[in-house]
Amino acid sequence: MPPSPPDPDATSRTTVASSTAGPTPGAPVLTVDGLHITVGAGRAEAVRDVSFRVRAGEAVGLVGESGSGKTLTCRSVLGVGAPGVAVSAGRIDLAGTELTALTERQWEQVRGTRLGAVFQDPASYLNPSLTVGRQLAEPLRLRHGLNRAAARERAVELFASVGLHRPEEVYHRYPHELSGGMLQRVLIAVAVAGEPELLVADEATTALDTVVQAEVLELLAKLRTERGLALLLVTHDLAVVAEVCDRILVFYAGEIVEDGPTAEVVAAPAHPYTEALLRVASIGDWQRRDLAVIPGRPPEAGAAPVGCRFADRCAFATPACSDAPVPLTVRPDGRRVRCGRAGELALAGALDTRTPTSADPAGTAGRTHRTLQEVTA
Amino acid sequence: MSPSTATATAAAHPATAATEPLLRISGLSVAYGRRPGRAAERVLDDVSLDARAGEILGVIGETGSGKTTLARAVVGLAPVVEGRITVDGEEVTGLRGRPLRELRRSGRIQYMFQDPLRSLDPDLTVGEIVGEPLTVGTGTERGERAGRVREALELVGLPAEFAERTPGRLSGGQRQRVSLARSVVTRPRLLLADEPVSALDASNRNHVLLLLDELRRSLGLAVVIISHDLSSLAGIADRIAVLYRGRLVEQGPAEDVLTSPLHPYTALLTASAPSVRREHRITPAQLRPRDPRPEWTLQPPADACVFAHRCPFAGEDCRQAPAAAAHGGPARTVACHRAADWRERLTADAL
Repeated sequence: MPPSPPDPDATSRTTVASSTAGPTPGAPVLTVDGLHITVGAGRAEAVRDVSFRVRAGEAVGLVGESGSGKTLTCRSVLGVGAPGVAVSAGRIDLAGTELTALTERQWEQVRGTRLGAVFQDPASYLNPSLTVGRQLAEPLRLRHGLNRAAARERAVELFASVGLHRPEEVYHRYPHELSGGMLQRVLIAVAVAGEPELLVADEATTALDTVVQAEVLELLAKLRTERGLALLLVTHDLAVVAEVCDRILVFYAGEIVEDGPTAEVVAAPAHPYTEALLRVASIGDWQRRDLAVIPGRPPEAGAAPVGCRFADRCAFATPACSDAPVPLTVRPDGRRVRCGRAGELALAGALDTRTPTSADPAGTAGRTHRTLQEVTA
Repeated sequence: MSPSTATATAAAHPATAATEPLLRISGLSVAYGRRPGRAAERVLDDVSLDARAGEILGVIGETGSGKTTLARAVVGLAPVVEGRITVDGEEVTGLRGRPLRELRRSGRIQYMFQDPLRSLDPDLTVGEIVGEPLTVGTGTERGERAGRVREALELVGLPAEFAERTPGRLSGGQRQRVSLARSVVTRPRLLLADEPVSALDASNRNHVLLLLDELRRSLGLAVVIISHDLSSLAGIADRIAVLYRGRLVEQGPAEDVLTSPLHPYTALLTASAPSVRREHRITPAQLRPRDPRPEWTLQPPADACVFAHRCPFAGEDCRQAPAAAAHGGPARTVACHRAADWRERLTADAL
């Protein structure tokens, strides 16, 4: 489906990512450095010391359970934190602009033009009493000074570029006349209308039907290659990240616990929490007979254990894990991991498999075919 | 079905042999919006399905495919225009007034609504929510209720002290357990769960699915899980039924349906599911119509196959009439004219 080859080989994936990058390949578009976020008007720290970069043309995925801090981080990048949420330390830099210091007025110059965003429930982001075409044309007129006719023409073009059939007709539709998948495409068109440098997708495909989800993910991948767009994808579904992202950042209890190229992390996770996430993820294994769960619950926001925050749910924890803070260390291969025992653990990846057939693609294909013949015979 | 379930069922209902399904839906059609001079629109058309005691039946389909309507029809919440539904040998189609009320109050059929965040009364405690079906239903002594509530909470793995809390203080996964406790407190025979896990993250999702799995074994329940997400049925459903625009396009044992789909729509669903594994996959692109496509598939006539406008394999016979459900292997049916040969054309296309 995406332009990148369906090849789990790590090295080829990274080369593809950098070669398909946009006008300035590899230049960092978003730099988050030492970000701390407090909730409850400063009472509890919910995100702690988060640093990462997104380069032009790169897709980075933030994954974690509910309450892991991934959404807080992404909302801070967009400057749309809920009441009581504040960035208490750190920098968020969008290609030279420091976002944490912006006034509301300055934000208006950034959002919608340099930053685009799509969220989970597309219907609630559109005005039900205006046609979707008008809602796309309006910012084009306001921000880009297009006249009425030019804005309409451009809007229809954008609708076509996000794969909406009969864009001229869609222009005159009201939100309630369109399906969820079409509305999400409309919002993507709105998000990319300002030619943003960074597109943030916060659970953008979670509520969609499987088939539509695959189509929207394909669209995001296409926009990325065509426009050199940097993509920040936030989701609790690891399989979605695996489909789209070059790099994956795993959040746990407000901290990054692992960071690396998707293919490498999925094939050989370095943190026990990543391994656990892979086990519970819907990884497209239709033959599975056991459903894994992660025992226990993540610590409450504001709880500040001294040592590793995952220790009480970790199968590999030793008493030493809870004694002292665990730093996020950079491995020789550039991957980052926050685990005191990372060097000594051999964790199972998603491509490891206990069924002998799936280790051998040809064998599996043959087997499926035989089953089909048996069935149709 | 596990041996323990089989014995439990047989012991509880010696009259209904293991061969008789607990839920039997035959030729069901549901239509809404009957207006003068206009034919009512069928949201379900000639659907036949079974679910046995101790079995989990997964019903999958996209938005508007009729999967929720199917479950609502079983509890008398959707207008049935044709067909029959029997539960435990008793006809429930077309019940009205007192018999319908009695059936509902008996609690033999339970419906778990979508969205645990909004389907629990925020002003009631968990104990009151879970005990409510016993209060409105007849036949449970007041003194017995507290014990039944405790038992139900224990079944779903919630500590007894949760009975005093209100839903606002619970996480999404815990609320879904409360919904489940409320559903099993009347000791039902049939549980209809509408999107029980779609609001939960992966770990909580598996918790709730495992719980459903355990309950159907320990209580000999027939469970119908409605979902738009195939991956939440893999590993738990015994059988899967696929609905598309109100028609049952395919059904069969879960693993067979998922690993070797017979209907192009099922194949599109499995191909579209995000996966970290890439080997042996048909891509969604291979299953979309490509140009030039037959002109008629752009605006298919009313009596054509419902999937024709999205099917790359649609031919003249698909234009004439939808395929009837045909035998597709052991315990499988498929409704597709191309079921036997689309896969061959796919391989040719892929090369």
